[in-house]
Amino acid sequence: MKKKSITVPDPIVNIIDLALYYGKTKALKEINLDISKKKITSFIGPSGCGKSTLIRCLNRMNDLIDSVAIEGCIKIDGQDIYAPAVDVTELRKKVGMVFQKPNPFPKTIYENVVYGPRVQGINKKSILDELCENALKKAALWDEVKDRLRVNALDLSGGQQQRICIARAIATEPEIILLDEPCSALDPIATAKIEDMLVELKKDYTVIIVTHNMQQAARISDYTGFFMLGELIEFNVTTDIFTNPQEKETEDYITGRFG
Amino acid sequence: MKNLLGSGNPYIWLTAGMLTICLLMISGLTVLIMVNGFGIFWPRKIVQFTLLDGEVILGEIAKRESVPHQKDAYRTKVKVGNRDVYGMDFRWIDNADIVSQTYPVHALVFERREWGNLYGFLHGLRQNGGVKPLKPESMASLLGESHALYKKIRYIAKKEIGNINYRIEKTRLELKRLALLQPSEKIQKRVAEVKARMEHLEILYREKEDTLAGFYKKAMEKEVVVLLADGREKIVPVFQIIRISMPNEMGVFAKVGFYIAKFWEFIWGEPREANTEGGVFPAIFGTVMMVLIMSIAVVPLGVLTAVYLKEYAGDNFISRLVRISVSNLAGVPSIVFGVFGLGFFIYLFGGGIDKLFFSETLPTPTYGTGGILWASLTLSLLTVPVVVVATEEGLSAVPRAMREGSYALGATKIETLWKVVLPQATPGILTGTILAMARAAGEVAPLMITGVVKLAPSLPIDGYFPYIHLERKFMHLGFHIYDVGFQSPNVEAAIPMVYTTTLVLLFTVLILNLTAIVVRNKLKKWYNRGAL
Repeated sequence: MKKKSITVPDPIVNIIDLALYYGKTKALKEINLDISKKKITSFIGPSGCGKSTLIRCLNRMNDLIDSVAIEGCIKIDGQDIYAPAVDVTELRKKVGMVFQKPNPFPKTIYENVVYGPRVQGINKKSILDELCENALKKAALWDEVKDRLRVNALDLSGGQQQRICIARAIATEPEIILLDEPCSALDPIATAKIEDMLVELKKDYTVIIVTHNMQQAARISDYTGFFMLGELIEFNVTTDIFTNPQEKETEDYITGRFG
Repeated sequence: MKNLLGSGNPYIWLTAGMLTICLLMISGLTVLIMVNGFGIFWPRKIVQFTLLDGEVILGEIAKRESVPHQKDAYRTKVKVGNRDVYGMDFRWIDNADIVSQTYPVHALVFERREWGNLYGFLHGLRQNGGVKPLKPESMASLLGESHALYKKIRYIAKKEIGNINYRIEKTRLELKRLALLQPSEKIQKRVAEVKARMEHLEILYREKEDTLAGFYKKAMEKEVVVLLADGREKIVPVFQIIRISMPNEMGVFAKVGFYIAKFWEFIWGEPREANTEGGVFPAIFGTVMMVLIMSIAVVPLGVLTAVYLKEYAGDNFISRLVRISVSNLAGVPSIVFGVFGLGFFIYLFGGGIDKLFFSETLPTPTYGTGGILWASLTLSLLTVPVVVVATEEGLSAVPRAMREGSYALGATKIETLWKVVLPQATPGILTGTILAMARAAGEVAPLMITGVVKLAPSLPIDGYFPYIHLERKFMHLGFHIYDVGFQSPNVEAAIPMVYTTTLVLLFTVLILNLTAIVVRNKLKKWYNRGAL
């Protein structure tokens, strides 16, 4: 067995024997993985290795694709999120997500950030204002946009748009934030800002990030999982993965021999 | 040759040539309508012809053409007017018969409320049996007087008597309703009350009628004696005259003033003389109102249909079949929709409404006959495919990332639809609405059996409760064109009106569409900022 996995302290997510099929293609092969609370866990690996598919399982985003079938189980706070009784919208409130390409709604900055709370039925302006301010502060965007809350979010720069999306996810007060290659469309300065912010967010949230950028994983994450062809090759404390990989594939990948 | 084809140039020429042909045809059409439509109100000179046999003709030149198969022979069509005297408006003269052609300075055009234009010279004023000489300049005060009187008469006839009639009708219906109830003492008392009110109203009505008769008598007191070209005298009551002009004497400014006044009257006035003269305001109003009601009906119908098809129905045999059927609906001849509207909306729905709510007026139908509501609904069925298709395209154009963003924040499908997807699809929906409006504004056939009339006595909106009368018949510019051009007793005289009405229809559609396009572009700007 290649699946080198370690036990992590205080796990919030347990992925147990997870397999996923797109039609007949098996995209994830028996993944076993625990994710530690209030830490940053990063998934790395070559394109098509299944890392994005995996985090989309964590808030059941894959439900939107008809041909997907899942085996195994994912537990968040000890509860199986694929159990029939689970309310998907409740799950998604608890597990926020930020996508690869910034996708703010064509609404004002304010309306973007309070979208989640509004969906949850919060309509009182004072509460929304407070939520908006807090979320924007946590996303390190408040100072840049506090005078422009009524401006169309699409008028902001790409990096700002991505932080709007992060603020939008924060405003629903989730426990876990999933980020699917959040910086791949951004320049290095915007990327640095988001990285700093993620490290700050770790205080309050569990962060799971998919990235192509190994330096990014090394810089910010506490744990790293390396995936290849739908398999979890190695999962360990980040420093160990990058300084002392156990598997040959991992070593080849991080030293740039392929991928 | 091979080289030439290989270069692709001939194909470019071919496509460009086709485009040029299209553009030429469209611009030709527009120019024809513009020239004829805008031209008719420009005052033309009055010509006096003396013919070989000594006959004198006065009128406007309408057309000149060469006589076929004869060299250098021409004939002229003259609008001689005076239909009540000559029996016809136009006359053809052979140019060979013309001895002289002059432009008499004092020739006048009398625009009358009836019988069309009168061409002649002012002779005098007849009042109380005697005839006094009269100068054209002093006509202005006379006309002012008679216009004021006309306004007064109109006010009494339309507003005051209309009001009394409205109350009489309501009282009559109340009596009818009471008669349908079980007779009891209380009801008999009520009947007596209502009858007393009815009598009072009828007295009022007769009083107003008397006043009106007095005014009419007064109106007929003053008459103008007009000398016609052939020497006959024609007596015209001043009250009958709307406008007098002396086109041969007019300067450019006077002509422009005259033109503007005429155009103003055309847009805002009511039609006269079986629609061949006067204005088209009721038709403009009817067209716009019908299009608006149609839009109000078609947008929810089309959008919700498209939402179901796109978001819920999935892609299977039945949904494909439905989609094809909806698209094919656009190809069904519009008269078929008209027949459907007559059967379904008017007889079934309207008849049902009448039985339920207006039983006291039966057998006279209220909603069970053609009306603006039924015509609009029929047209909304006709245009619904356009809105469905455009909305579906609009929904497809909303990026997947937007939906995912919304789902990821815990929104349900409905919330995502209402708050993210539909707002972003609005430009597409509006495009569909614009197309639907353009189609509906120009459609005539189905209207002819669902509520259009050549002359509607009152607009669908007025001062009487409930103010908006959706059951009323209405006038429509498209039908007006057909009616004026092909159904009026005096088709030849009405041809210019056809062009002008066409022009107004085109402008009405243009304005409706422009408004919608401006709104759509504003929305587009908000939704499609240069992303990243």
